[in-house]
Amino acid sequence: MNKYHHHQRRLRAVQARMFVTTLLGLLVAVFFRAQVYRSADWSLQSESNRLRPLTLPAPRGTIRDRAGLPLADNVPGYSVSILSAAPDSMLSTLERMRQYLEIDGDRYRRLEEQARAGGPQPILVSVDAPFEEVAAIEERRAIFPRVLIETRPKRRYPVGEIGAHVIGSVGEINQAELDSPEFEGAEPGLIVGRSGIEWQYESTLQGEAGVRYVEVDATGRIVGSFRGFRRVEETPGQDLDLHLDRELMEWIHQIFPEGMGGAVVALEVETGGILALYSAPSYDPNVFAGVVDQEEWDRLNRDPQSPLFNRTISAKYPPGSPMKLITALVALEAGVITPSDRMPVACGGGYSYGGRVWRCWREEGHGSLDLADAIKNSCNVYFYQVGLRIGLARMLERVNDMGFGGRCGVDLPSEAAGTYPEGPEFWVRRYGYSPREGEVLNLAIGQGPIEQTPLMVAQYFLAVARDGSAPAPTLYRGAPPREGFRFDVSEEALEVVREGLRRVTRQGGTAYLSSLEHFDLLGKTGTAQSVEGRETHAWFGATAGLRGGEPEIVVVALVEFGGGGSEVAAPLVARAADFYLRGQHGIPRDTIQTLRDYINARRNTAWAVPTPEAR
Amino acid sequence: MKLDGLPWARHWPFTGAVLALSLFGVAMIYSAGVKNIPSPVTEGIWVRQAIVLLGSILVLIGLSQIPSRWFEWMAIPLYLLSLGVLAVTLVIGTGSGTAEGMRSFLNVAGFQFQPGEAAKITTALALAKLLARKADGPEHLRDLLWPVAIVGAPLALVVLQPDLGTALAFVGIFFAAIFWAGTPWPMILFTASPGLSLILSFSTWIWSAYFLSLIVGLYIYRYRLYLVESLGVILANLAAGAIAQPLWNSLQQYQRNRILVFLDPDIDPQGAGWQLVQSKVAVGSGGVLGKGFTLGTQKRLNFLPEQHTDFIFSVVGEELGFVGTSLALVFFGYLFFRMIRLAQAFDDPFSGIFVFAILGVWLTHVVVNVGMTVGVVPITGIPLPFISYGGSFLLMSWVAAGLVVGMARDVR
Repeated sequence: MNKYHHHQRRLRAVQARMFVTTLLGLLVAVFFRAQVYRSADWSLQSESNRLRPLTLPAPRGTIRDRAGLPLADNVPGYSVSILSAAPDSMLSTLERMRQYLEIDGDRYRRLEEQARAGGPQPILVSVDAPFEEVAAIEERRAIFPRVLIETRPKRRYPVGEIGAHVIGSVGEINQAELDSPEFEGAEPGLIVGRSGIEWQYESTLQGEAGVRYVEVDATGRIVGSFRGFRRVEETPGQDLDLHLDRELMEWIHQIFPEGMGGAVVALEVETGGILALYSAPSYDPNVFAGVVDQEEWDRLNRDPQSPLFNRTISAKYPPGSPMKLITALVALEAGVITPSDRMPVACGGGYSYGGRVWRCWREEGHGSLDLADAIKNSCNVYFYQVGLRIGLARMLERVNDMGFGGRCGVDLPSEAAGTYPEGPEFWVRRYGYSPREGEVLNLAIGQGPIEQTPLMVAQYFLAVARDGSAPAPTLYRGAPPREGFRFDVSEEALEVVREGLRRVTRQGGTAYLSSLEHFDLLGKTGTAQSVEGRETHAWFGATAGLRGGEPEIVVVALVEFGGGGSEVAAPLVARAADFYLRGQHGIPRDTIQTLRDYINARRNTAWAVPTPEAR
Repeated sequence: MKLDGLPWARHWPFTGAVLALSLFGVAMIYSAGVKNIPSPVTEGIWVRQAIVLLGSILVLIGLSQIPSRWFEWMAIPLYLLSLGVLAVTLVIGTGSGTAEGMRSFLNVAGFQFQPGEAAKITTALALAKLLARKADGPEHLRDLLWPVAIVGAPLALVVLQPDLGTALAFVGIFFAAIFWAGTPWPMILFTASPGLSLILSFSTWIWSAYFLSLIVGLYIYRYRLYLVESLGVILANLAAGAIAQPLWNSLQQYQRNRILVFLDPDIDPQGAGWQLVQSKVAVGSGGVLGKGFTLGTQKRLNFLPEQHTDFIFSVVGEELGFVGTSLALVFFGYLFFRMIRLAQAFDDPFSGIFVFAILGVWLTHVVVNVGMTVGVVPITGIPLPFISYGGSFLLMSWVAAGLVVGMARDVR
């Protein structure tokens, strides 16, 4: 059979066409599946091939004082990171980078580990590199093809050490936090609040990081725009408005006795808002804003003056005389005394009870006093007898109701709980005996097993300055008001207590030299025992307002080893109150403030006349 | 019409398809050079391809003037010459570019060329001459002994280079030629059976089932086969099944990997699997309309391997999308249909068989090359006719086309 007859040829040509059509048709079908049917999957993979996601850090919210002045804000800083690539190439880049960028040993080891582990995320070498080092790397862009330098917001504290304790500081998130559910989804390099307001309102201030992409080639080198594109915008953190008064804090810092430790608390009477929370000595929180300098941290930690310690809320001191205000309020509320009552035993320098003599601080005695004068003179003998009228059980119950054994509930971390016997079992537990009724004598004058933070002592004065109620002191202006404690006493009774305090700064009072030209200062001195053989800690607490007007501000100062309250603590409080109130009432501020200042400056002191009530 | 007297002009659908594919190739090679970080390997090489193309066009015009008888006379000497050159290449040949480890190139006066490409054409000529002697075609298996030997010799020499891709093309030549020579389908299948046996031997069960059906087939066609032939087929199949394992062991690691990653790309994600995965990503992400000419990101950012040679079709897929790939395949289909049509028009067995042999080469290249970019065929270093970058490959494809046109000079 001739296979080349045209019939035969046609038959084979048809078969050949079918064969070719089938093969090419199958290929077209395969391409249809890849390019049309499943194209979305492959497109996604193509995108993830060429695009590396980069985190766009969200700027933290600004923290502002009551006038809108910044207490914490952001300035641009530089971060340096290495884009993900093969571990070997990342390690060698890291090694080379060390010549230009200072990386401490611990961090370097951590970064090496991260580079070995791989993953699509860039590794963050530095969140806050100095400009000179960044410039050195930028100049050598050719040998650092996978290095990314970005500006990122860096925290700045304009008032530095003045607000360090209350504002707090920030730091890079650590491994434990990254593993915790609270920071789910957080990435290394995230800046989080470490203390103070920064910690307390972390979730408000934080904001949400954005994402952008840089295009890389098969070896991980960045191509095209270094700035990246296709952003998911970051959401900045919310700003935070505080009751704090930045100028007042700066003033307090200026007038606080040089080289001494202590605390100053200022509260707004109307709201209980915290106007100032100042602790000395302090530190500059700006050094913690980026990568923590280990040496600086160690130095602060070892400092015997404990500059990291927030004395306004974390330190506890025996309250001393200011506690007598509470004793008075408890007694008035219980109806066991009236403002005009004089105690059966006049003060002759001591009081006999339970087979021993309880001393007054003034050996020659005060004589017979009413409540106002007892407060003015801080007479122990008067308050011993008030304490006995109240009785130990009632005293313990009432004071514990007020929460003096606990915390004020200020919106800050690491507030120390006050110490106050919660009941008779306290003595058994601590001293091994049941309390006798006489214990109330000590408690009534603020002695014995009592310790309070300066903030809590300021709350006593708040109760007196207001209508007997003392809301929990608060920093954040948006926080809902919280109940602190409340005394059910009449306005007349309160006015008598205030009159007692007012007399402290009148002629004959212990803080007369701290009286002010334009304002009534209603104060109370106090001393608290310190360590054996050293000066006592000095207390002065006061409420102040326009002469003859309502109290507007409460200021409490504790100066460690400051001796008696009237020498260093009282002028401090008076000058802080004067500074604030002058600002409030449009009176020009002046560095000559107290009566003592006027006398030293030889100014006219005619305003400091004795009032009719004064003796 | 004067032009009508010129074979290349008269057969313009064929030459036009070849030219169109070649120009498309130059365009794609240009695109392959457009990258974010330019590489000297691919940048500007389209100019060299275009120059070779110009020369190739002249070669085609010249060759198409030569009577096909001359080639019939020269078939055996040319074939023997190319066998000799292939043998020499094995001794003094070099690798080149992406085929660095092979001995498949010869340097002659500063030019590199691949003797294997020329051997395809001379083998096609020799095979056509041999098969054309019998008008009634190979009826028996023993009639295929010489054709097997003719193809087997150059095939063995390129396998030794080792260049499995080119070897595959010789298999294409063989089957296309014996098909057009009129070999009955059962005989074609029996001839192919040792190859099937080799492939299927990876599983004892599948191979056993296959072997059983082979015996049944041989029994059905027992009246058309000599006993010796049947025994030969059985022995060849058994031998193929037996040498599969040693043959596998003798393969280079990269060759084994190519086959393994075809079955499972995750086996070698950084090496051979990388090429396959990135090619599939490029093609798949092209979608219907593609990312646009020169705009493929996989290509631009160096994710695609061998983007100017073996994986040029991935660039087509990525940048021109399904529209581009299916149009390119339709063009190849058109070219093949024209060739079938020519073969059908030839009264002369030699010309018809030669055209089919060339069709066999190109079809093999197209199916294997295009198939591997989407992972339906294992990765083989085999270029895409007219489109992949490569001077001697383009020139030899045009030489083959010139011979086809020349043989068709009397066909209207």
